[in-house]
Amino acid sequence: MTAHTPTKPSVATRRRIKPGRVAHQLAVVAITALLLGVPFWLVVVTAGKNQAEALNPNLALPSQWQLLENFATVFSEGRMLAGFFGSLLIMVPSVVGVLILGSLAAWVLARRAERWMAVLYTLAISGVVLPPAVVTIVLLLRQLGLAGTVPGMVGVYMGMYLSTAIFLITGFVRTIPVELEEAARVDGAKPLRIFFTIILPLLVPVLATTTIMLCLYIWNDVFYALFVIGGRVDTLPLNLFQVASAGLYLNNWHLIFAFIILMSLPLLVTFIVAQRRIVSGITGGAVK
Amino acid sequence: MSTLFAEPTRAGQAAGHGRRTDHPAVFLVPALAVLVVFFFVPTLFNFVYSFTDWSGFKSDINFAGFDNFSSLLGNGSLLNALKVTLIYATLVAVFQNLFGLMLALLLERDTWLNRTARVLFFIPVIMSALAVGYIFRAILKPDGSLNGILSFITGLDVSIAWLGSTTWTILVAALVHSWKWMGLSMLIYLAGLKTISEDVLEAARIDGSSWWQTFVQIRFPLLAPAVTFNVATALLGSMNGFDVVQALTEGGPGGTTELLNIFIFRTFGQGLFAQATTMSLILFLTVTLIAFPVVRYLRKREEVL
Repeated sequence: MTAHTPTKPSVATRRRIKPGRVAHQLAVVAITALLLGVPFWLVVVTAGKNQAEALNPNLALPSQWQLLENFATVFSEGRMLAGFFGSLLIMVPSVVGVLILGSLAAWVLARRAERWMAVLYTLAISGVVLPPAVVTIVLLLRQLGLAGTVPGMVGVYMGMYLSTAIFLITGFVRTIPVELEEAARVDGAKPLRIFFTIILPLLVPVLATTTIMLCLYIWNDVFYALFVIGGRVDTLPLNLFQVASAGLYLNNWHLIFAFIILMSLPLLVTFIVAQRRIVSGITGGAVK
Repeated sequence: MSTLFAEPTRAGQAAGHGRRTDHPAVFLVPALAVLVVFFFVPTLFNFVYSFTDWSGFKSDINFAGFDNFSSLLGNGSLLNALKVTLIYATLVAVFQNLFGLMLALLLERDTWLNRTARVLFFIPVIMSALAVGYIFRAILKPDGSLNGILSFITGLDVSIAWLGSTTWTILVAALVHSWKWMGLSMLIYLAGLKTISEDVLEAARIDGSSWWQTFVQIRFPLLAPAVTFNVATALLGSMNGFDVVQALTEGGPGGTTELLNIFIFRTFGQGLFAQATTMSLILFLTVTLIAFPVVRYLRKREEVL
């Protein structure tokens, strides 16, 4: 609402140069069509073709749509159901684990000012920039008996993204006045109770930002999954990698693109439904 | 009320009591345990197993000194992968920001059309990077859609092998990577542009400053936090890059797009675990070297908050 008042002068000045505005809008449409329309159109029409027509993916419409047949083929051959639940089975515990352990640690790190706490904080957030040691993680998981398992993958993702979560949440906790905790403390509440009843509810905005980022990373990750669970557990990106490796060899572009459409749907639907929250969550976390 | 409560707290903190039991260090243990087991120990292992002959072909692991380093240096793969990664990261940092900023400026005004376009440009961000790579692999084929469009426009028969050049394909790969992430940079820049006070812009307008002058001298400098964030994330994302390039070129042609992570994946698949570990250590050291200024910035940003 308040944003309207300051923009008024510019609206008034622009009204006089309407041709410019029309040109601007045409530019928006043209650029969007070229940069996004072409790739997305190619995916949809190719996914609707038969193998012969899709041999050389082009922008022409299929002579006969067989989108649903192709969906059915990749759904069973690409083990999409197993991939979907595999992805979910790995993503949910990783994200929930990171949020709980991360905010618990971040609360203490933000509130205590001792020197060794600052050192611990630096260590804890070092993973924001440092890359995980992907090869030796596999060795360690073998020694722990977790190689190729869902818990192993969850552990790896938690180890990778706890730093990001602690970094974001610690910054946020510092903006929450300590006084809010004091009232409960005077009433004799224990730290764990204060954390869950007072701190955690206040963290919702930053937890939302963290959740969105982690879901994007983990749901779409294929690199670390290839090392840890490749060939053992199905996830959507791992199955795409398999479908595509075989498909490129056999020139099955229609199946590769059908798989891409189906695997993109869960995040796409989530994004369209929660678009406003997601956008404000991401920008809220990045530019404060 | 709040100030009443604040006083005793400060005093308690100064005395060293209160805070310690109010915020027990035990709460750090679960997070630190996970970090130690799944992050720090593997990282330490990196420094150990780079100096061994660990491989998939035999069961025992022996100390091997600098053998891995010398063989990777000797056959040129270390310097090649390092060079490719650094060029790729630089190109991505430039293009992702350029595209993101241009989109933000293009879609700045809050119209229905612009809002829709912003949502659409965010779709690549939520897509799998692997999928994006495959889509562009099809578009950029010699007989693919891009050449088709170019042929249509020019009236000539264009058949450029976009993914077949030992010089330019890395640029194409960086452009695809930037295409995937430009929507995120755009969002950050849009948020940054919104924080600029309308009074400042109004003052510039009254002084007769043109759109371009206002942008170069006022708005862009004020976007500094957004620029730093975007450059840092683009650099880190591309130095750890794998998916886009693996799907697009698999490191080819002739290893000219073989990023460190692609090399690691390939040698690991061949059972050359110690060499893969050595490259992983190289990646770690490279990122550490380049990321230190970034970390310092992040810490500073923390202090401002």
